[in-house]
Amino acid sequence: MTTIPAPDAPGTAGDDIADQGARVPHADRRGSALHDVWVIAKRGLIHMQRQPEALSDATIQPIMFVLLFAYVFGGAINPPGDVPYREFLMGGIFAQTIVFTAFGVAIGIANDRKNNAIDRFRSLPIANGAVLGGHAVANMIKATLPIILMSICGYIVGWRINGGLVDAVAGYALLLAFAFAMIWVGVLLGSVVATPEGVTGIAFAALFPITFVASTFVPLSSMPSALRTVAQWNPVTTLSDALRLHFGNVDPAIGIAGPGPFSPAVYTWLWIVGIIAFCAPMAIRAYRRSTTD
Amino acid sequence: MAGFDVAAQPTEVRRRIGFAAQDATVDHLLTGRQNLVMIGELHHLGKVTAKARATRLLDEFSLADAGDRVVDGYSGGMRRRLDLAATLVADPEVLFLDEPTTGLDPRARNELWDVLDTLVGRGTTILLTTQYLEEADRLADDIVVVDHGRIIAQGDSRSLKRQVGGDQIQVVVSEGIRLDDAARILARAADSEPTVDRSSRTAAVATADGVASLAAVAAALHADGIAVEDLGLRQPTLDEVFLTLTGSPAEAPDATEADIPTLAPATEARP
Repeated sequence: MTTIPAPDAPGTAGDDIADQGARVPHADRRGSALHDVWVIAKRGLIHMQRQPEALSDATIQPIMFVLLFAYVFGGAINPPGDVPYREFLMGGIFAQTIVFTAFGVAIGIANDRKNNAIDRFRSLPIANGAVLGGHAVANMIKATLPIILMSICGYIVGWRINGGLVDAVAGYALLLAFAFAMIWVGVLLGSVVATPEGVTGIAFAALFPITFVASTFVPLSSMPSALRTVAQWNPVTTLSDALRLHFGNVDPAIGIAGPGPFSPAVYTWLWIVGIIAFCAPMAIRAYRRSTTD
Repeated sequence: MAGFDVAAQPTEVRRRIGFAAQDATVDHLLTGRQNLVMIGELHHLGKVTAKARATRLLDEFSLADAGDRVVDGYSGGMRRRLDLAATLVADPEVLFLDEPTTGLDPRARNELWDVLDTLVGRGTTILLTTQYLEEADRLADDIVVVDHGRIIAQGDSRSLKRQVGGDQIQVVVSEGIRLDDAARILARAADSEPTVDRSSRTAAVATADGVASLAAVAAALHADGIAVEDLGLRQPTLDEVFLTLTGSPAEAPDATEADIPTLAPATEARP
């Protein structure tokens, strides 16, 4: 246990309980919005550290999927062209893991509501949006964890980045941008659904199918045509395929087309912009409403 | 509020208030110390001051040993104390406390009362709600009695008590058999009908001239040879005030609507 001794500032020794804070006049207590966001983000990071089980969607689960598909299902799935399945797989696993960023954000916000943390924050002189900003920053930091873990885990099972450095960086940037978009989906979910348990239920009922009706684990050519059309436009498909292209995990003779005239990366960026433009205002409104009742 | 417009300058107001809800709002995944430091930092005290302040408050609220443990493992009383410490981090000018002593043991409650006294002495305005009328009596300069959502009385503790009859002479006799004799003496001295409670061998009567009547009663009791356990001049309790004002002694007051918000205004001039 560490004890931080009270500093021997002049005039503090033996004074009453109210004295120390009084040395900073209320009007002089100015702080930047960024400072507030960071203080609340630190709290979010401590939460993650204290609940390793809540980190499982960013750690154990993706590793499990890599191993499961690489060694159990992988033998039965043939990716298009001359590409080993384990190379094909990684783009999909990256995409699925990043989609689940929304889940962590939603749980965090639902917990804040349940534990009255919102009441406390509302009584503090903090910048508008600092609480949401803190959640966003903490979850962006959290999102880098599975990206690093997956890269290592993928390397071990035989995945390689075959493209150039610029392409690889573009791939990772795409992942982070998509994570940022998913944060707004999470804020919306956490503000609308009443309980953390409800959030878990919806995440499994909605997010899981979305990540499976896509080219995440299997090539779209294996799906019936109606489903294939849905899957083609699914942002998880465009993200998975864009990552495969960026990381050079595609047979260059065949390539991967997007659902229309553009490349999957273009569609993914459009999705990112669209999700943020659609979800962020709605999420902020829902969050405000959820905290003022 | 504290000289600022709540609607136009919410941040200025938030800099100056402390708020403790009925349910503790401390973060249960952080340690006690991390909670207090975070709140200090969000009040922009600066990291060093926030840490020093946290240490100080943990000491004051007997949480020094538990300060580095996660709040999840705290008892209800500890959580309550931490919550109150959190409201004091920023040295607020106006403090809102919603039933602050609920769930505290008597020692912790007295400690809290002392802290509140100190704060009031320094000019802090405190608005607190309580179910315990004793607490309102002990702490408040100004009491508002609320029953079923309506204000039914307002004033300081003495003026509220006067509303239900002022001072009483109360006598507790040693032998129940002499109770009626004692009651007759009270009736003669105060010139009104005393109330008699046989189970506690107590007779009481309202009096206008306090000490003079008390002396007469004491002399008469002595002359008649009535053994007395207790004799005194007392004010009605706020419990009696509440029951008289609500006019329904049998009906238990509704838990949320019978709150007694009390205002301890060293700075009452502030709007």
